[in-house]
Amino acid sequence: MIGDVLTVMRKEWKEIMAMGGAQRGRFQLLVFVGIMGVFLPWQFGPKWVTSPAVIGAWGWVPVVLVSTIIADSFAGERERHTLETLLASRLTDSAILFGKMAAAVAYGWGLTLAGLIVGWITVNVANRGGGLLLYSPTTAIGALVLSFFGALLASAGGVLVSLRAQTVRQAQQTLSIATMVILFVPVFGVQGLPDDVKQRLATWAIRAGTLKLMLTGLAVLAAVDLLLVFAARARFRRSRLVEG
Amino acid sequence: MTESAIRTELLTRDFGSVRAVDAVTLEVPRGEIFGFLGPNGAGKTTMIRLLLGLLDPTEGSARVLGHDTRTDSDAIREQTGALLEHTGLYERLSAIDNLDYFGRIWRIPGPDRKARVQELLTRLGLWDRRGEQVVKWSRGMKQKLAVARALLHRPSLIFLDEPTAGLDPVAAAALRDDLAGLAEHEGVTVFLTTHNLAEAEKLCDGIGVIRGGRLIAVGAPRELRERRGGRQVEVVGRGFGVDLVAVLRAQAGVQGAEVKKDRLVVVLSDGVEVAPLVGILVRGGAEVEEVRKDSASLEEVFLTLMEEK
Repeated sequence: MIGDVLTVMRKEWKEIMAMGGAQRGRFQLLVFVGIMGVFLPWQFGPKWVTSPAVIGAWGWVPVVLVSTIIADSFAGERERHTLETLLASRLTDSAILFGKMAAAVAYGWGLTLAGLIVGWITVNVANRGGGLLLYSPTTAIGALVLSFFGALLASAGGVLVSLRAQTVRQAQQTLSIATMVILFVPVFGVQGLPDDVKQRLATWAIRAGTLKLMLTGLAVLAAVDLLLVFAARARFRRSRLVEG
Repeated sequence: MTESAIRTELLTRDFGSVRAVDAVTLEVPRGEIFGFLGPNGAGKTTMIRLLLGLLDPTEGSARVLGHDTRTDSDAIREQTGALLEHTGLYERLSAIDNLDYFGRIWRIPGPDRKARVQELLTRLGLWDRRGEQVVKWSRGMKQKLAVARALLHRPSLIFLDEPTAGLDPVAAAALRDDLAGLAEHEGVTVFLTTHNLAEAEKLCDGIGVIRGGRLIAVGAPRELRERRGGRQVEVVGRGFGVDLVAVLRAQAGVQGAEVKKDRLVVVLSDGVEVAPLVGILVRGGAEVEEVRKDSASLEEVFLTLMEEK
Protein backbone atom coordinates (compact mmCIF):
# COMPACT_ATOMS: atom_id res chain seq x y z
CA MET A 1 0.00 0.00 0.00
CA ILE A 2 2.77 2.49 0.94
CA GLY A 3 4.67 1.60 -2.24
CA ASP A 4 1.55 2.22 -4.34
CA VAL A 5 0.89 5.55 -2.61
CA LEU A 6 4.48 6.60 -3.35
CA THR A 7 4.08 5.52 -6.99
CA VAL A 8 1.00 7.72 -7.40
CA MET A 9 2.73 10.58 -5.54
CA ARG A 10 5.76 10.33 -7.80
CA LYS A 11 3.63 10.59 -10.94
CA GLU A 12 1.60 13.48 -9.51
CA TRP A 13 4.81 15.37 -8.76
CA LYS A 14 6.06 14.82 -12.29
CA GLU A 15 2.78 16.16 -13.65
CA ILE A 16 2.82 19.16 -11.30
CA MET A 17 6.34 19.99 -12.42
CA ALA A 18 5.39 19.54 -16.07
CA MET A 19 2.27 21.75 -15.80
CA GLY A 20 2.69 24.45 -18.45
CA GLY A 21 6.19 23.14 -19.13
CA ALA A 22 8.85 21.98 -16.70
CA GLN A 23 10.73 25.30 -16.78
CA ARG A 24 7.59 27.24 -15.92
CA GLY A 25 6.88 24.85 -13.04
CA ARG A 26 10.34 25.43 -11.56
CA PHE A 27 10.04 29.19 -12.12
CA GLN A 28 6.77 29.29 -10.15
CA LEU A 29 8.43 27.51 -7.22
CA LEU A 30 11.29 30.02 -7.29
CA VAL A 31 8.83 32.95 -7.36
CA PHE A 32 7.06 31.58 -4.29
CA VAL A 33 10.27 31.09 -2.33
CA GLY A 34 11.46 34.50 -3.52
CA ILE A 35 8.37 36.25 -2.15
CA MET A 36 7.73 34.26 1.02
CA GLY A 37 11.36 33.45 1.81
CA VAL A 38 13.19 36.61 0.75
CA PHE A 39 11.05 39.65 -0.08
CA LEU A 40 8.56 39.61 2.81
CA PRO A 41 11.03 38.55 5.56
CA TRP A 42 13.38 41.31 4.37
CA GLN A 43 10.52 43.85 4.61
CA PHE A 44 9.26 42.70 8.02
CA GLY A 45 12.67 42.21 9.60
CA PRO A 46 13.08 40.39 12.98
CA LYS A 47 9.30 40.35 13.58
CA TRP A 48 9.08 37.78 10.78
CA VAL A 49 10.78 35.31 13.17
CA THR A 50 9.82 36.51 16.64
CA SER A 51 6.10 37.35 16.33
CA PRO A 52 3.59 34.59 17.28
CA ALA A 53 1.40 35.87 14.43
CA VAL A 54 3.80 33.97 12.14
CA ILE A 55 2.02 30.77 13.13
CA GLY A 56 -1.32 31.97 11.75
CA ALA A 57 0.25 33.33 8.57
CA TRP A 58 2.06 30.07 7.79
CA GLY A 59 -1.13 28.15 8.45
CA TRP A 60 -2.71 29.82 5.42
CA VAL A 61 0.13 29.50 2.96
CA PRO A 62 -0.21 25.72 2.34
CA VAL A 63 -4.00 26.08 2.01
CA VAL A 64 -3.50 28.51 -0.86
CA LEU A 65 -0.68 26.44 -2.39
CA VAL A 66 -2.57 23.15 -2.27
CA SER A 67 -5.75 24.79 -3.61
CA THR A 68 -3.90 25.69 -6.81
CA ILE A 69 -3.10 22.07 -7.68
CA ILE A 70 -5.62 19.81 -5.97
CA ALA A 71 -8.49 20.71 -8.32
CA ASP A 72 -6.59 18.83 -11.02
CA SER A 73 -6.36 15.58 -9.02
CA PHE A 74 -9.50 13.81 -10.24
CA ALA A 75 -11.27 16.43 -12.37
CA GLY A 76 -8.08 16.76 -14.42
CA GLU A 77 -7.81 13.02 -14.93
CA ARG A 78 -11.48 12.93 -15.93
CA GLU A 79 -11.08 15.89 -18.31
CA ARG A 80 -7.99 14.38 -19.97
CA HIS A 81 -9.61 10.91 -20.14
CA THR A 82 -6.94 9.19 -18.03
CA LEU A 83 -9.14 8.41 -15.02
CA GLU A 84 -10.75 5.23 -16.33
CA THR A 85 -7.39 3.72 -17.30
CA LEU A 86 -6.11 4.47 -13.81
CA LEU A 87 -9.20 2.89 -12.28
CA ALA A 88 -8.69 -0.19 -14.49
CA SER A 89 -5.22 -0.71 -13.00
CA ARG A 90 -4.38 -2.87 -10.01
CA LEU A 91 -4.16 0.11 -7.66
CA THR A 92 -6.56 0.01 -4.74
CA ASP A 93 -9.00 2.86 -4.10
CA SER A 94 -6.99 3.91 -1.04
CA ALA A 95 -3.67 3.96 -2.91
CA ILE A 96 -5.10 6.24 -5.64
CA LEU A 97 -6.84 8.56 -3.19
CA PHE A 98 -4.07 8.83 -0.61
CA GLY A 99 -1.38 9.04 -3.29
CA LYS A 100 -3.04 12.09 -4.78
CA MET A 101 -3.69 13.68 -1.39
CA ALA A 102 -0.16 12.99 -0.17
CA ALA A 103 1.35 14.54 -3.30
CA ALA A 104 -0.63 17.74 -2.73
CA VAL A 105 0.23 17.85 1.00
CA ALA A 106 3.91 17.25 0.25
CA TYR A 107 3.82 20.08 -2.30
CA GLY A 108 2.08 22.59 -0.02
CA TRP A 109 3.85 21.64 3.18
CA GLY A 110 7.24 21.21 1.53
CA LEU A 111 7.11 24.67 0.00
CA THR A 112 5.94 26.12 3.31
CA LEU A 113 8.89 24.56 5.11
CA ALA A 114 11.22 25.87 2.42
CA GLY A 115 9.67 29.35 2.90
CA LEU A 116 10.13 29.13 6.70
CA ILE A 117 13.77 28.13 6.44
CA VAL A 118 14.72 30.58 3.69
CA GLY A 119 12.80 33.32 5.56
CA TRP A 120 14.74 32.61 8.74
CA ILE A 121 18.05 32.83 6.81
CA THR A 122 16.94 36.07 5.13
CA VAL A 123 15.98 37.72 8.44
CA ASN A 124 19.31 36.77 9.99
CA VAL A 125 21.23 38.04 6.98
CA ALA A 126 19.28 41.32 7.09
CA ASN A 127 19.83 41.53 10.86
CA ARG A 128 23.51 40.56 10.78
CA GLY A 129 25.39 42.00 13.74
CA GLY A 130 22.23 41.93 15.90
CA GLY A 131 22.73 38.35 17.08
CA LEU A 132 21.22 35.11 15.83
CA LEU A 133 17.41 35.20 15.74
CA LEU A 134 15.52 31.95 16.16
CA TYR A 135 11.86 30.94 15.99
CA SER A 136 10.65 30.21 19.51
CA PRO A 137 9.89 26.47 20.03
CA THR A 138 6.15 27.27 20.24
CA THR A 139 6.26 29.27 17.01
CA ALA A 140 8.38 26.73 15.15
CA ILE A 141 6.36 23.68 16.20
CA GLY A 142 3.07 25.58 15.85
CA ALA A 143 3.93 26.73 12.32
CA LEU A 144 5.05 23.23 11.30
CA VAL A 145 1.98 21.45 12.67
CA LEU A 146 -0.51 24.12 11.61
CA SER A 147 0.87 24.28 8.09
CA PHE A 148 0.67 20.48 7.86
CA PHE A 149 -2.96 20.46 9.00
CA GLY A 150 -3.67 23.38 6.68
CA ALA A 151 -2.21 21.44 3.74
CA LEU A 152 -4.21 18.36 4.72
CA LEU A 153 -7.41 20.42 5.03
CA ALA A 154 -7.00 21.86 1.53
CA SER A 155 -5.98 18.47 0.15
CA ALA A 156 -8.87 16.45 1.60
CA GLY A 157 -11.43 19.17 0.88
CA GLY A 158 -9.98 19.69 -2.60
CA VAL A 159 -10.13 15.98 -3.41
CA LEU A 160 -13.78 15.90 -2.35
CA VAL A 161 -14.53 18.79 -4.70
CA SER A 162 -12.42 17.36 -7.51
CA LEU A 163 -14.13 13.96 -7.25
CA ARG A 164 -17.48 15.60 -7.91
CA ALA A 165 -16.44 18.17 -10.53
CA GLN A 166 -16.66 17.39 -14.23
CA THR A 167 -13.89 19.82 -15.17
CA VAL A 168 -10.82 21.34 -13.53
CA ARG A 169 -12.28 24.80 -14.01
CA GLN A 170 -15.44 23.84 -12.14
CA ALA A 171 -13.36 22.37 -9.30
CA GLN A 172 -11.17 25.48 -9.13
CA GLN A 173 -14.21 27.77 -8.93
CA THR A 174 -15.76 25.73 -6.13
CA LEU A 175 -12.46 25.63 -4.24
CA SER A 176 -11.94 29.39 -4.60
CA ILE A 177 -15.36 30.03 -3.09
CA ALA A 178 -14.74 27.49 -0.30
CA THR A 179 -11.36 29.09 0.53
CA MET A 180 -12.94 32.54 0.74
CA VAL A 181 -15.73 31.20 2.95
CA ILE A 182 -13.21 29.56 5.31
CA LEU A 183 -11.18 32.76 5.39
CA PHE A 184 -13.92 35.34 5.83
CA VAL A 185 -16.69 33.58 7.77
CA PRO A 186 -14.71 33.39 11.05
CA VAL A 187 -13.64 37.04 10.73
CA PHE A 188 -17.10 38.41 9.97
CA GLY A 189 -18.71 35.84 12.26
CA VAL A 190 -16.78 37.11 15.29
CA GLN A 191 -17.51 40.74 14.31
CA GLY A 192 -21.20 39.94 14.18
CA LEU A 193 -21.30 38.53 17.72
CA PRO A 194 -22.91 40.58 20.53
CA ASP A 195 -20.41 42.73 22.44
CA ASP A 196 -20.70 40.77 25.71
CA VAL A 197 -19.93 37.49 23.91
CA LYS A 198 -16.97 39.09 22.17
CA GLN A 199 -15.79 40.39 25.56
CA ARG A 200 -16.04 36.93 27.12
CA LEU A 201 -14.16 35.34 24.17
CA ALA A 202 -11.40 37.91 24.44
CA THR A 203 -11.08 37.32 28.19
CA TRP A 204 -10.91 33.56 27.64
CA ALA A 205 -8.26 33.98 24.96
CA ILE A 206 -6.09 36.20 27.15
CA ARG A 207 -6.38 33.79 30.09
CA ALA A 208 -5.67 30.76 27.89
CA GLY A 209 -2.44 32.13 26.44
CA THR A 210 -0.77 31.45 23.07
CA LEU A 211 -0.01 27.80 23.70
CA LYS A 212 -3.51 26.78 24.80
CA LEU A 213 -5.07 28.80 21.99
CA MET A 214 -2.80 27.17 19.46
CA LEU A 215 -3.47 23.67 20.79
CA THR A 216 -7.23 24.27 20.74
CA GLY A 217 -7.02 25.54 17.17
CA LEU A 218 -4.89 22.58 16.11
CA ALA A 219 -7.26 20.10 17.75
CA VAL A 220 -10.25 21.59 15.92
CA LEU A 221 -8.35 21.62 12.63
CA ALA A 222 -7.18 18.02 13.12
CA ALA A 223 -10.77 16.92 13.76
CA VAL A 224 -12.00 18.70 10.62
CA ASP A 225 -9.13 17.17 8.59
CA LEU A 226 -9.98 13.70 9.82
CA LEU A 227 -13.63 14.20 8.96
CA LEU A 228 -12.76 15.36 5.43
CA VAL A 229 -10.34 12.45 4.87
CA PHE A 230 -13.05 9.96 5.90
CA ALA A 231 -15.58 11.74 3.69
CA ALA A 232 -13.20 11.60 0.71
CA ARG A 233 -12.53 7.90 1.30
CA ALA A 234 -16.27 7.20 1.52
CA ARG A 235 -16.92 9.24 -1.62
CA PHE A 236 -14.28 7.42 -3.67
CA ARG A 237 -16.04 4.57 -5.48
CA ARG A 238 -14.76 3.22 -8.77
CA SER A 239 -18.25 2.55 -10.16
CA ARG A 240 -19.44 6.05 -9.23
CA LEU A 241 -16.44 7.61 -10.92
CA VAL A 242 -16.87 5.52 -14.08
CA GLU A 243 -20.57 6.34 -14.34
CA GLY A 244 -20.06 9.99 -13.41
CA MET B 1 -9.83 -28.58 -17.00
CA THR B 2 -8.63 -24.99 -17.52
CA GLU B 3 -11.28 -22.41 -16.76
CA SER B 4 -12.28 -20.04 -19.56
CA ALA B 5 -10.73 -16.58 -19.62
CA ILE B 6 -14.21 -15.03 -19.54
CA ARG B 7 -17.52 -16.60 -18.60
CA THR B 8 -20.71 -14.57 -18.17
CA GLU B 9 -24.10 -15.79 -17.09
CA LEU B 10 -27.14 -13.65 -18.00
CA LEU B 11 -25.01 -10.55 -17.37
CA THR B 12 -27.21 -7.47 -17.24
CA ARG B 13 -26.56 -3.81 -16.52
CA ASP B 14 -29.12 -1.01 -16.35
CA PHE B 15 -28.49 2.74 -16.25
CA GLY B 16 -31.77 4.09 -14.91
CA SER B 17 -34.40 2.94 -17.36
CA VAL B 18 -31.87 2.08 -20.07
CA ARG B 19 -30.69 -1.55 -20.30
CA ALA B 20 -27.13 -1.28 -21.65
CA VAL B 21 -26.27 -4.99 -21.40
CA ASP B 22 -29.10 -7.48 -21.51
CA ALA B 23 -28.69 -11.03 -20.20
CA VAL B 24 -25.43 -11.78 -21.99
CA THR B 25 -24.19 -15.35 -21.61
CA LEU B 26 -20.76 -15.78 -23.13
CA GLU B 27 -17.62 -17.87 -22.86
CA VAL B 28 -14.18 -16.92 -24.17
CA PRO B 29 -11.50 -19.63 -24.05
CA ARG B 30 -7.99 -18.77 -22.92
CA GLY B 31 -5.50 -17.75 -25.62
CA GLU B 32 -8.19 -16.63 -28.06
CA ILE B 33 -8.58 -13.24 -29.76
CA PHE B 34 -12.27 -12.58 -29.27
CA GLY B 35 -14.01 -9.77 -31.14
CA PHE B 36 -17.09 -8.13 -29.72
CA LEU B 37 -18.93 -6.48 -32.59
CA GLY B 38 -21.77 -4.03 -32.50
CA PRO B 39 -22.87 -0.59 -33.64
CA ASN B 40 -22.32 2.52 -31.52
CA GLY B 41 -24.24 2.36 -28.26
CA ALA B 42 -24.73 -1.41 -28.48
CA GLY B 43 -23.19 -2.01 -25.03
CA LYS B 44 -19.61 -2.96 -25.96
CA THR B 45 -17.86 -0.50 -23.65
CA THR B 46 -20.26 -1.24 -20.77
CA MET B 47 -19.44 -4.93 -21.24
CA ILE B 48 -15.70 -4.23 -20.81
CA ARG B 49 -16.39 -2.09 -17.73
CA LEU B 50 -18.44 -4.92 -16.25
CA LEU B 51 -15.73 -7.49 -17.00
CA LEU B 52 -13.08 -5.30 -15.37
CA GLY B 53 -15.27 -4.90 -12.29
CA LEU B 54 -15.46 -1.14 -12.80
CA LEU B 55 -19.24 -1.46 -12.83
CA ASP B 56 -21.37 -3.92 -10.88
CA PRO B 57 -23.94 -5.92 -12.83
CA THR B 58 -27.60 -5.21 -12.15
CA GLU B 59 -28.32 -8.93 -12.61
CA GLY B 60 -26.38 -12.04 -13.60
CA SER B 61 -22.71 -12.71 -13.02
CA ALA B 62 -19.34 -12.77 -14.70
CA ARG B 63 -16.10 -14.58 -13.97
CA VAL B 64 -12.85 -13.32 -15.47
CA LEU B 65 -9.74 -15.52 -15.15
CA GLY B 66 -11.67 -17.45 -12.53
CA HIS B 67 -12.54 -14.39 -10.40
CA ASP B 68 -16.02 -13.05 -9.77
CA THR B 69 -16.28 -9.47 -11.05
CA ARG B 70 -18.57 -8.47 -8.19
CA THR B 71 -16.49 -9.77 -5.28
CA ASP B 72 -12.96 -10.12 -6.60
CA SER B 73 -12.44 -7.31 -9.07
CA ASP B 74 -9.05 -6.32 -7.57
CA ALA B 75 -7.68 -9.74 -8.56
CA ILE B 76 -9.06 -9.30 -12.09
CA ARG B 77 -7.42 -5.92 -12.53
CA GLU B 78 -4.18 -7.37 -11.16
CA GLN B 79 -4.02 -9.88 -14.04
CA THR B 80 -5.45 -7.89 -16.93
CA GLY B 81 -4.45 -4.98 -19.12
CA ALA B 82 -6.77 -2.51 -20.79
CA LEU B 83 -6.89 -0.01 -23.58
CA LEU B 84 -10.24 1.64 -23.04
CA GLU B 85 -12.29 4.14 -25.02
CA HIS B 86 -9.50 6.73 -24.75
CA THR B 87 -5.76 6.06 -24.77
CA GLY B 88 -5.53 7.14 -21.12
CA LEU B 89 -2.01 8.49 -21.59
CA TYR B 90 -0.55 11.29 -19.49
CA GLU B 91 0.25 13.58 -22.37
CA ARG B 92 2.39 16.02 -20.38
CA LEU B 93 4.75 13.13 -19.66
CA SER B 94 7.04 11.26 -22.05
CA ALA B 95 6.46 7.74 -23.35
CA ILE B 96 9.13 6.45 -20.97
CA ASP B 97 7.50 8.20 -18.00
CA ASN B 98 4.05 6.84 -18.93
CA LEU B 99 5.29 3.25 -19.16
CA ASP B 100 7.53 3.63 -16.11
CA TYR B 101 4.52 4.78 -14.06
CA PHE B 102 2.42 1.80 -15.04
CA GLY B 103 5.42 -0.52 -14.61
CA ARG B 104 5.72 0.72 -11.03
CA ILE B 105 1.96 0.31 -10.55
CA TRP B 106 2.36 -3.34 -11.55
CA ARG B 107 5.44 -3.63 -9.32
CA ILE B 108 7.79 -4.69 -12.09
CA PRO B 109 11.31 -4.55 -10.58
CA GLY B 110 13.52 -1.70 -11.90
CA PRO B 111 15.87 -3.54 -14.30
CA ASP B 112 13.05 -5.73 -15.68
CA ARG B 113 10.87 -2.65 -16.09
CA LYS B 114 13.50 -0.81 -18.10
CA ALA B 115 14.16 -3.84 -20.30
CA ARG B 116 10.44 -4.44 -20.88
CA VAL B 117 9.78 -0.79 -21.76
CA GLN B 118 12.65 -0.84 -24.25
CA GLU B 119 11.46 -4.15 -25.73
CA LEU B 120 7.90 -2.93 -26.32
CA LEU B 121 8.82 0.54 -27.57
CA THR B 122 11.38 -0.93 -29.96
CA ARG B 123 8.95 -3.53 -31.28
CA LEU B 124 6.32 -0.85 -31.90
CA GLY B 125 8.81 1.55 -33.52
CA LEU B 126 8.55 4.20 -30.80
CA TRP B 127 11.93 3.88 -29.10
CA ASP B 128 13.57 6.80 -30.93
CA ARG B 129 10.93 9.23 -29.62
CA ARG B 130 10.70 7.84 -26.10
CA GLY B 131 11.74 11.09 -24.41
CA GLU B 132 9.21 13.40 -26.10
CA GLN B 133 6.04 14.58 -24.39
CA VAL B 134 3.25 12.35 -25.69
CA VAL B 135 1.11 15.41 -26.49
CA LYS B 136 3.35 16.00 -29.54
CA TRP B 137 2.65 12.55 -30.98
CA SER B 138 0.20 11.49 -33.71
CA ARG B 139 -2.93 9.59 -32.78
CA GLY B 140 -1.54 6.37 -34.23
CA MET B 141 1.62 6.62 -32.12
CA LYS B 142 -0.41 7.30 -29.00
CA GLN B 143 -2.59 4.30 -29.72
CA LYS B 144 0.51 2.11 -30.09
CA LEU B 145 1.89 3.42 -26.82
CA ALA B 146 -1.41 2.63 -25.12
CA VAL B 147 -1.22 -0.94 -26.47
CA ALA B 148 2.32 -1.18 -25.08
CA ARG B 149 1.05 0.02 -21.70
CA ALA B 150 -1.72 -2.61 -21.73
CA LEU B 151 0.84 -5.38 -22.39
CA LEU B 152 3.61 -4.04 -20.14
CA HIS B 153 3.04 -6.32 -17.16
CA ARG B 154 2.46 -9.42 -19.31
CA PRO B 155 -1.22 -9.79 -18.41
CA SER B 156 -3.11 -13.02 -19.06
CA LEU B 157 -5.95 -11.09 -20.67
CA ILE B 158 -6.19 -7.70 -22.33
CA PHE B 159 -9.26 -5.65 -23.12
CA LEU B 160 -9.05 -3.41 -26.17
CA ASP B 161 -11.94 -1.03 -26.74
CA GLU B 162 -11.96 -0.10 -30.44
CA PRO B 163 -8.16 0.05 -30.70
CA THR B 164 -8.08 1.32 -34.28
CA ALA B 165 -10.95 3.83 -34.01
CA GLY B 166 -10.06 7.19 -35.51
CA LEU B 167 -6.88 5.94 -37.18
CA ASP B 168 -6.24 6.33 -40.91
CA PRO B 169 -6.31 3.03 -42.87
CA VAL B 170 -2.52 2.72 -43.01
CA ALA B 171 -2.07 3.35 -39.28
CA ALA B 172 -4.99 1.02 -38.48
CA ALA B 173 -3.51 -1.79 -40.61
CA ALA B 174 -0.10 -1.30 -38.97
CA LEU B 175 -1.62 -1.41 -35.50
CA ARG B 176 -3.63 -4.52 -36.43
CA ASP B 177 -0.45 -6.25 -37.52
CA ASP B 178 1.27 -5.18 -34.32
CA LEU B 179 -1.64 -6.45 -32.25
CA ALA B 180 -1.72 -9.81 -33.98
CA GLY B 181 2.05 -10.16 -33.63
CA LEU B 182 2.04 -9.12 -29.99
CA ALA B 183 -0.88 -11.37 -29.09
CA GLU B 184 0.86 -14.33 -30.70
CA HIS B 185 4.23 -13.50 -29.18
CA GLU B 186 2.87 -12.80 -25.68
CA GLY B 187 0.27 -15.60 -25.72
CA VAL B 188 -2.45 -13.47 -24.14
CA THR B 189 -6.20 -13.71 -24.44
CA VAL B 190 -7.56 -10.62 -26.19
CA PHE B 191 -11.10 -9.27 -25.78
CA LEU B 192 -11.53 -6.69 -28.49
CA THR B 193 -14.51 -4.48 -29.22
CA THR B 194 -14.85 -2.98 -32.65
CA HIS B 195 -17.32 -2.00 -35.32
CA ASN B 196 -14.67 -2.57 -37.96
CA LEU B 197 -15.68 -5.88 -39.49
CA ALA B 198 -12.58 -6.32 -41.62
CA GLU B 199 -10.53 -5.90 -38.49
CA ALA B 200 -12.54 -8.53 -36.66
CA GLU B 201 -12.34 -10.92 -39.58
CA LYS B 202 -8.55 -10.59 -39.84
CA LEU B 203 -7.74 -10.72 -36.13
CA CYS B 204 -10.33 -12.75 -34.29
CA ASP B 205 -10.65 -16.46 -33.54
CA GLY B 206 -14.13 -15.94 -32.11
CA ILE B 207 -16.76 -13.25 -32.54
CA GLY B 208 -19.79 -12.11 -30.58
CA VAL B 209 -22.32 -9.71 -32.08
CA ILE B 210 -24.21 -7.41 -29.72
CA ARG B 211 -27.18 -5.23 -30.56
CA GLY B 212 -29.18 -3.18 -28.09
CA GLY B 213 -27.32 -4.87 -25.23
CA ARG B 214 -28.27 -8.40 -26.38
CA LEU B 215 -25.79 -10.94 -27.68
CA ILE B 216 -27.39 -12.00 -30.94
CA ALA B 217 -24.72 -14.26 -32.42
CA VAL B 218 -21.50 -15.89 -31.32
CA GLY B 219 -18.99 -18.21 -33.00
CA ALA B 220 -15.89 -18.35 -35.17
CA PRO B 221 -15.97 -15.94 -38.17
CA ARG B 222 -16.29 -18.88 -40.59
CA GLU B 223 -19.17 -20.36 -38.57
CA LEU B 224 -21.01 -17.06 -38.52
CA ARG B 225 -20.61 -16.61 -42.27
CA GLU B 226 -21.88 -20.10 -42.94
CA ARG B 227 -24.66 -19.98 -40.38
CA ARG B 228 -26.04 -16.65 -41.47
CA GLY B 229 -25.14 -16.19 -45.11
CA GLY B 230 -24.90 -19.80 -46.28
CA ARG B 231 -22.61 -20.45 -49.23
CA GLN B 232 -22.74 -17.83 -51.91
CA VAL B 233 -22.19 -18.28 -55.65
CA GLU B 234 -21.66 -15.45 -58.10
CA VAL B 235 -22.49 -16.20 -61.73
CA VAL B 236 -21.04 -13.65 -64.15
CA GLY B 237 -22.69 -13.37 -67.55
CA ARG B 238 -25.85 -12.21 -69.39
CA GLY B 239 -29.45 -13.23 -69.87
CA PHE B 240 -30.55 -13.72 -66.26
CA GLY B 241 -34.23 -12.99 -66.91
CA VAL B 242 -36.90 -12.70 -64.24
CA ASP B 243 -38.47 -16.07 -65.15
CA LEU B 244 -35.12 -17.85 -65.14
CA VAL B 245 -34.23 -16.40 -61.71
CA ALA B 246 -37.65 -17.51 -60.42
CA VAL B 247 -36.97 -21.07 -61.68
CA LEU B 248 -33.63 -21.03 -59.89
CA ARG B 249 -35.19 -19.79 -56.63
CA ALA B 250 -37.64 -22.71 -56.76
CA GLN B 251 -34.79 -25.30 -56.68
CA ALA B 252 -34.18 -27.25 -53.49
CA GLY B 253 -31.34 -25.81 -51.38
CA VAL B 254 -31.47 -22.37 -53.02
CA GLN B 255 -32.01 -19.80 -50.27
CA GLY B 256 -32.07 -16.81 -52.57
CA ALA B 257 -31.10 -15.46 -56.00
CA GLU B 258 -30.68 -11.87 -57.05
CA VAL B 259 -29.36 -10.08 -60.16
CA LYS B 260 -26.76 -7.39 -59.47
CA LYS B 261 -25.54 -5.62 -62.65
CA ASP B 262 -23.87 -8.31 -64.82
CA ARG B 263 -23.96 -11.01 -62.19
CA LEU B 264 -26.38 -13.30 -60.47
CA VAL B 265 -25.81 -13.88 -56.77
CA VAL B 266 -27.18 -17.19 -55.48
CA VAL B 267 -27.20 -18.15 -51.78
CA LEU B 268 -27.15 -21.90 -51.18
CA SER B 269 -27.67 -24.22 -48.26
CA ASP B 270 -24.77 -26.43 -47.19
CA GLY B 271 -24.18 -29.49 -49.41
CA VAL B 272 -26.00 -28.21 -52.50
CA GLU B 273 -24.18 -28.89 -55.81
CA VAL B 274 -23.51 -25.85 -58.01
CA ALA B 275 -23.10 -27.57 -61.41
CA PRO B 276 -26.78 -28.63 -61.87
CA LEU B 277 -27.86 -25.06 -61.15
CA VAL B 278 -25.46 -23.70 -63.76
CA GLY B 279 -26.96 -26.26 -66.15
CA ILE B 280 -30.45 -24.87 -65.51
CA LEU B 281 -29.20 -21.36 -66.29
CA VAL B 282 -27.51 -22.42 -69.53
CA ARG B 283 -30.54 -24.41 -70.67
CA GLY B 284 -32.70 -21.38 -69.85
CA GLY B 285 -30.70 -19.27 -72.33
CA ALA B 286 -28.26 -17.47 -70.08
CA GLU B 287 -24.66 -16.89 -71.25
CA VAL B 288 -22.43 -17.90 -68.34
CA GLU B 289 -18.87 -16.53 -68.44
CA GLU B 290 -17.66 -17.32 -64.93
CA VAL B 291 -18.85 -18.95 -61.70
CA ARG B 292 -17.32 -17.95 -58.31
CA LYS B 293 -17.99 -19.75 -55.06
CA ASP B 294 -17.78 -17.72 -51.89
CA SER B 295 -19.24 -17.47 -48.40
CA ALA B 296 -21.09 -14.35 -47.34
CA SER B 297 -18.67 -11.77 -45.94
CA LEU B 298 -18.72 -10.99 -42.25
CA GLU B 299 -20.01 -7.57 -43.18
CA GLU B 300 -23.04 -9.12 -44.88
CA VAL B 301 -23.59 -11.36 -41.88
CA PHE B 302 -23.35 -8.37 -39.58
CA LEU B 303 -25.75 -6.26 -41.63
CA THR B 304 -28.22 -9.15 -41.78
CA LEU B 305 -28.06 -9.50 -38.02
CA MET B 306 -28.58 -5.77 -37.52
CA GLU B 307 -31.66 -5.80 -39.73
CA GLU B 308 -33.29 -8.77 -38.03
CA LYS B 309 -36.10 -7.99 -35.64
